[in-house]
Amino acid sequence: MNKHAIEVKGLRKRFGSQIVLDGIDLAVETGTIFALLGPNGAGKTTLINILSTLVAPDEGTATVAGRDVVKERDEVKRAISLTGQFAAVDEALTAEENLNMIARLSGFNSREARARTAGLLKRFDLTASAKKRVKTYSGGMRRRIDLAISLVAERPVLFLDEPTTGLDTLSRRALWEIILDLKKQGITIFLTTQYLEEADQLADRIAVIAGGRVVANGTAGELKARVGGEVLELIGGDDGVLRTVPTDGSIQDVRRTLSELALLYPQDTRVSIRKPSLDDVFVALTTTAGSKEVSAR
Amino acid sequence: MRTTDYSALQPASLAATNAVFIGRSIRLSLRNVEALIMAIVLPVMLMLLFTYVFGGALDPGGDYVNYVVPGIILLCAGYGSASTAVDVATDMTNGIIDRFRTMPIRSLGVVIGHVAASLFRNLVATGVVIGVALLLGFRPSASFLEWLGALGLIALFILVLTWLYAAIGLVAGTPAAASGYGFILLFLPYLSSAFVPTNTMPGWLQGVADHQPITPVIEAIRGLLTDGPVGSNGWLAVGWCAIILLIAFVWSSWAFRRKAGRR
Ligand SMILES: Nc1ncnc2c1ncn2[C@@H]1O[C@H](COP(=O)(O)OP(=O)(O)OP(=O)(O)O)[C@@H](O)[C@H]1O
Ligand SMILES: [Mg+2]
Repeated sequence: MNKHAIEVKGLRKRFGSQIVLDGIDLAVETGTIFALLGPNGAGKTTLINILSTLVAPDEGTATVAGRDVVKERDEVKRAISLTGQFAAVDEALTAEENLNMIARLSGFNSREARARTAGLLKRFDLTASAKKRVKTYSGGMRRRIDLAISLVAERPVLFLDEPTTGLDTLSRRALWEIILDLKKQGITIFLTTQYLEEADQLADRIAVIAGGRVVANGTAGELKARVGGEVLELIGGDDGVLRTVPTDGSIQDVRRTLSELALLYPQDTRVSIRKPSLDDVFVALTTTAGSKEVSAR
Repeated sequence: MRTTDYSALQPASLAATNAVFIGRSIRLSLRNVEALIMAIVLPVMLMLLFTYVFGGALDPGGDYVNYVVPGIILLCAGYGSASTAVDVATDMTNGIIDRFRTMPIRSLGVVIGHVAASLFRNLVATGVVIGVALLLGFRPSASFLEWLGALGLIALFILVLTWLYAAIGLVAGTPAAASGYGFILLFLPYLSSAFVPTNTMPGWLQGVADHQPITPVIEAIRGLLTDGPVGSNGWLAVGWCAIILLIAFVWSSWAFRRKAGRR
C-alpha cells in the first residue's frame, strides 16, 4: 500500500487566460482525512476534478492510490468515489433506483445491490422517501442521496466537495460520524468545506489554497499557531466585532497592541481575548485586507 | 484497521453496464407519460388523417391505405425517435453524467441506453400503426419472410434516425436546442414517395425525392408488405441505412468524447 493515497506535484491549470491552479504541491497520507480550504473561486473544485479524472491538468503530475490521473485514468477510477459540489443524481429516478443503478454499475449482483441500497437508505435517513423521485426532494435530502450514492462501492479514496453545504445541523453531525467511520475502515478522505469548524473537527491535515497556490498546509493546531497565541477582539457599542488583532499572548505584546489601539478607537470600546480559530487563519491567509490587519500591530 | 476488501469488487462488464443503462432508459420512457401517450396517439391520428382526410383526394379508389402505411410508419418513427435528442442532451447537461464519468465503466452506455429505449418505443408505435391500418382496411400480402424483412428494415431505419438524434442531442448545448435542431429531420418523409408518388412532384423536387434515402426505404417496405416489386430498392435501402448509421454512430461517439471526455 502506498504511504500517500494522493500526491500532487507542480499542478497547473488554466481556463482560457485565467490561471486557476498555479503550481500546487500536496500529499495526503493513506487512511487520513484531508481538508482543502480556500475562498470562492480558489480552484478547490478544479483540483478535485483533476484528481477524479474529470478535468485534465495543463502541467504537473498527480497520483491517486499510486496511479497517474492522466495516464492511468481507468485504474484511478477503480480507486475513487466522488461527491461533487453539485448533485450528480438521476432526478427522474427514485432514491432507491439511483442507489440500485450505481450498485449494479459498480459490479454488485442484484441481491447484493438490494442489500447495499437498503443499508445506505437507512444510514442516510432516507428510507421513508426511498420510493419518491429525487426531483421532489428538498435540497438537504438531495445532498444526502448524492452522498449515499458515492458510498455504494467503498473505494479506497473518497472525494467530497463541500459535502455538508445545505445540510441541517443534525444531518451534518451524522455525516461527520459517517466520515470518521470511513476513516476507521482505512478509507482516505479528501474534502473541501466552507465551514472551518468542520475542518477543525474532522481533518488530520488542512491545506489552504489562494491565488492558485498552497498558502498553508498543516494540522489545525499548526495553522492556528501561525496566527499567534491570543487574539484581541475589539467590540463596539452595537456588540459587533470592530477589529481582530492577533498577538503572541505575552503581557508585553498585549499591552503594546492595546495602547496602539487605544489611540484609534473610542475609550468605551470593549476588549475580549480569545484563542485563534481557523477562521482567523483563513482570513489572515486569504484576504489581503485580512493580512494587513494581522500585521497592523 | 481495514474491513473492506476493495479488490474483490470488479466493475460491471460492458454487457452488464449496457443492460443497466437500457433498463434505466426504458424506465424513464415509461415514466414520461405525456411522451408515451403521444407515441401511441400520434400513429392513430396520422393513420386516420391520411386515410380519411387526404386519402379520398389522393386516391378516390379508396386503396390509399395500402399505399400510405409505410410512410406513416416512418413518419411515426421520426417523431418517436426525436425525443432521443432531448433525452441525451438532458443527461449531458445534468450532473449525473459526471457520476458515470468517475466510474470505471464505459459511459457511452448512457447513449446506448437511450437508443435502445427509442428502438423499443418505436417498434411498439409501429405495431400500433399496423394494427390501426388493418382496422382501416390495410390488406398486406406479405409472406412470413417478407414481414420479417419489412420489420427488420423498419428497425434498421429507427436505429439510423435514433443515432442521428443522439448525435444532435450530444452536439446541442441544451435540451431545448436539441429539440429545435431535431425538427429538421421530421420533414424528410414528406419529400419522398411516402405520401404521393414522386412523379406527381415538380421536376427539380422529383430529383431530390427520388434520390434521398427515405424513398428506397419506403419503396422496399411497400414492396415487401404489399404486392409491388422490391427490386433494387432493398439493397439501396439497406446500403443507405448502413452508411448513415455508421456516420451517425461515429459522429455520436466523437461528440460524446468531446462532451464527456476531459475538460
Ligand atoms: N470549465 C470551466 N471553464 C472556465 N472557467 C472555469 C471552469 N471551471 C472553473 N472555472 C473557473 O476557475 C475558477 C476556480 O473555480 P473552482 O470551481 O475550482 O473554485 P472553488 O474553489 O471550488 O470555488 P467555490 O468555493 O465557489 O466552490 C473560477 O474562477 C471559475 O470561474
Ligand atoms: Mg467548488
